[in-house]
Amino acid sequence: MVKLWKIINLVGEEVVGYVKEMGSMLLLLLDTIRWSIYPPFRLDLLFQQMEGVGVKSILVVVLTGAFAGMVLALQSFHATRQFGAETFVGVTVALSMTRELGPVLTSFMVTGRAGSAMAAEIGTMRVTEQIDALSAMAVNPIKYLIVPRVLASIVVVPILTIIADFVGIVGGYFVGVTLLGINAGAFVANMEKYVGLNDIYHGLIKAAVFGLILSVIGCYKGYSTTGGAEGVGKATTQSVVLATITILMANYLLTAAMF
Amino acid sequence: MIEIKSLHKSFGALKVLKGVDLQIPKGKTTAILGRSGTGKSVLLKHIIGLISPDRGKVWIDGVDITRLGDKDLNEIRKKFGMLFQEAALFDSMNVGENVAFPLREHTRLREENISSIVAHKLEQVGLPGQEGKMPAELSGGMKRRVGLARALALDPEIVLFDEPTTGLDPPMAEAIENLIIETQRRLGETFVVITHNITTAFHIAHKIAMLHEGRIVVEGSPRAFRRSSHPEVRAFMAREAEKEVQG
Repeated sequence: MVKLWKIINLVGEEVVGYVKEMGSMLLLLLDTIRWSIYPPFRLDLLFQQMEGVGVKSILVVVLTGAFAGMVLALQSFHATRQFGAETFVGVTVALSMTRELGPVLTSFMVTGRAGSAMAAEIGTMRVTEQIDALSAMAVNPIKYLIVPRVLASIVVVPILTIIADFVGIVGGYFVGVTLLGINAGAFVANMEKYVGLNDIYHGLIKAAVFGLILSVIGCYKGYSTTGGAEGVGKATTQSVVLATITILMANYLLTAAMF
Repeated sequence: MIEIKSLHKSFGALKVLKGVDLQIPKGKTTAILGRSGTGKSVLLKHIIGLISPDRGKVWIDGVDITRLGDKDLNEIRKKFGMLFQEAALFDSMNVGENVAFPLREHTRLREENISSIVAHKLEQVGLPGQEGKMPAELSGGMKRRVGLARALALDPEIVLFDEPTTGLDPPMAEAIENLIIETQRRLGETFVVITHNITTAFHIAHKIAMLHEGRIVVEGSPRAFRRSSHPEVRAFMAREAEKEVQG
């Protein structure tokens, strides 16, 4: 009986902790929205973050997109060949990339590269009192540190997704047409026929939401860091795990709502 | 003048401040003395509004800052400069950018004016021409000098120091103490120094207040402080005497 109570207690504590964390994250998001509306608008900080989150992620997104498109072409070629529908490989690649893999893989890469860096940078600033120093100098740390990172991510993840979509389709074309000998005209014609602009737009809306998720989680984990260097390490790991899971959950919900 | 009245603060079940009453005179150096972990830094962070109290008031020049919103609080904070324990320099910026930071954020000065103010402030703390160095290249004492230059950049009315000599070797600690004395004399501003080192407190302060078990138990001039019969003060004095004998 005592053991059972202990288990219930433990589970309860975990649940309460999780709900509290979600609440704190939501409050941080509301604060971020509030401070992003108040002037002065710091375009210098925004561009700096867009470079950090976006420009520096291009190579990794290009590689991920290209290989995802290539493997999709390869797998769907083997599947469609069995009933003579190889010309649909292009459609499969394009739809998978624009609707799902483009936004999801891009946001995973940005989470690993930039979301983790947000948690580590802001976490280090927290434990070395640099955030207190900002406040003491009458500079709001949410406006100075978090608003530019969140806005940059919302803008930049969709742009990176467009790149991933494009490179993925080119990769699929290369494998399908050049390596596997599918008719180029049919490959492109089917793609044009079955892939609408809506597929691309919906993918980009997803990407913007994922950008918001990964940046708010990265910033929150950094901002609430305690416990020195070890705490910074923990915050960084947790931010990547939590953002990845939340992105997958949000992906399902957004797909169910939009398509 | 800074006036603190009946300040209470707890973190979870831990009661840190249990009714602090203190007056900090204008234009003087006040040292708040106490053992490590007695809540000295917590008290200092209340003075600049980095922590909100559970109960009690903090008046800065007649304004109760515990009731202020973010915007008004930031206006009050412009009166302050603060030197953090490990200096809290922005490690992504070099020394010059660190000292220039408050000037760039709160003034519309031209870059050449900012550069000359930065050079002047660095000269005042004994680090002329070090603008290009990164914080990681600096020793503990140098970091605090840069931190002081940054704290003084906007010519604040009140400067707060959180354990300015902790972790420094004795000659470096003395050099920082002398710098604090000299700066206070030159500028005539209100300095509040948190320390657990009674030697530092006697060396630099016009007024000493002892924080013990969440309250100010003794306050007064260094001379009056030396004569206090409070057991905590006596314990600090005995340790100082012991150190002098060993030294």
